[in-house]
Amino acid sequence: MGNLVWIFLSTMVVNNFTLALFLGLCPFMGVSGRVATALRMGLANIFVLVITSLCAWFLNAFVLPHAPYLRLIAFIVVIASLVQIVEMVIKKVSPALFQQLGIFLPLITTNCAILGLAIFQTNRGYGFLEGLFFALGAGCGLTLALVLMASIREDSELASVPALARGTALVLIIAGSLSLAFMGFAGLGSST
Amino acid sequence: MKVTTSQQDFLRGVWRENPVLIQMLGLCPALAVTNTVANSLAMGLATFFVLAGSSVLVALLKRFIPHEVRISTYILIIATFVTVADMTLEAVVPGIHKALGAFIALIVVNCMILGRQEAFASRRPVGRALIDACGTGFGFIIALLIMGSVREILGNGSFLNISLFGPDFEPWVIFVLPPGGFLTLGFVLLFLNWRSSRKRRKELKPGATTTTGESTVERKVA
Repeated sequence: MGNLVWIFLSTMVVNNFTLALFLGLCPFMGVSGRVATALRMGLANIFVLVITSLCAWFLNAFVLPHAPYLRLIAFIVVIASLVQIVEMVIKKVSPALFQQLGIFLPLITTNCAILGLAIFQTNRGYGFLEGLFFALGAGCGLTLALVLMASIREDSELASVPALARGTALVLIIAGSLSLAFMGFAGLGSST
Repeated sequence: MKVTTSQQDFLRGVWRENPVLIQMLGLCPALAVTNTVANSLAMGLATFFVLAGSSVLVALLKRFIPHEVRISTYILIIATFVTVADMTLEAVVPGIHKALGAFIALIVVNCMILGRQEAFASRRPVGRALIDACGTGFGFIIALLIMGSVREILGNGSFLNISLFGPDFEPWVIFVLPPGGFLTLGFVLLFLNWRSSRKRRKELKPGATTTTGESTVERKVA
């Protein structure tokens, strides 16, 4: 159990997907303008990451031992189609939820965080439960980074930023500072 | 669509519409693996190969790809080339392959490559698609090398593992760590912004009132 908690925590803060591994940068740069949107994006990400983890586990356990060279292609095809199916089911079953998360789902499917999760999970040989906690940690980490970024950006709209630095350059430098702050968590594992 | 010459197709990708520095595409590899020049070069070449290969294949097959499933088809083609690149690197330069790790596989989801297929290769003849892919690929390599050089020189005091400043140099370790990636790209963009705003100010007549202070180049975030 301790192992699972550790996987969750270390993926969420120590090896944060966005701030330490540079995965999922597109939403991080693109939809971090407002906190409310960022939060919804984060939740949609958690959702897709968990699905991805299940898919990757299934493929690794039953399909890919027979055809290892198909790994990448299989991951992409299976994850993309499953997300599509889940999207349709949600639309049918719970339109309210679909309103909240729906528009993000197709965008997320081809996000590097998703494929990255599947590949890291494979490389580290995580089993079913470990993979699940890994996905949850990654998702919460992404959400955390997105919401932090969005809050800073909302505030920075009131600040007088030099015209030269407005736009992407400012976002990148804020991201750099956030990433620097998250490096403080790096010592977390050494004491245990 | 504007008619362009092949030379324009090539040069556009290299600098004017540089995928990383201007269009902000493919940021994930541009930040993640540029901590040394050697890694940047390997990543750039691998991406170049995948981009050129898939552009040619997409341009060849464009008549047979149904419009409704074109994106999925492009991704499958790209994934095939990435698998080839992944296995080749593993066989030829195992050290670098290990350093790049999962990021080789992540070339598949580099939006730059998919973008070129959708915007160019699927509508043009094979030769033009190849030229465009080479231009964009070179632009990507150049951007990665800029990032890699800055980060390795400042963060490690070396270039391609050759020490530049002697033993007295205290390396700025932060530049080879993740925050350095964000900061380096941020500062490179600041520099480019500064250059383009200075150029615009020069183009304005000396007597004219300058209102350009407000409008820096609006960069598209992918």
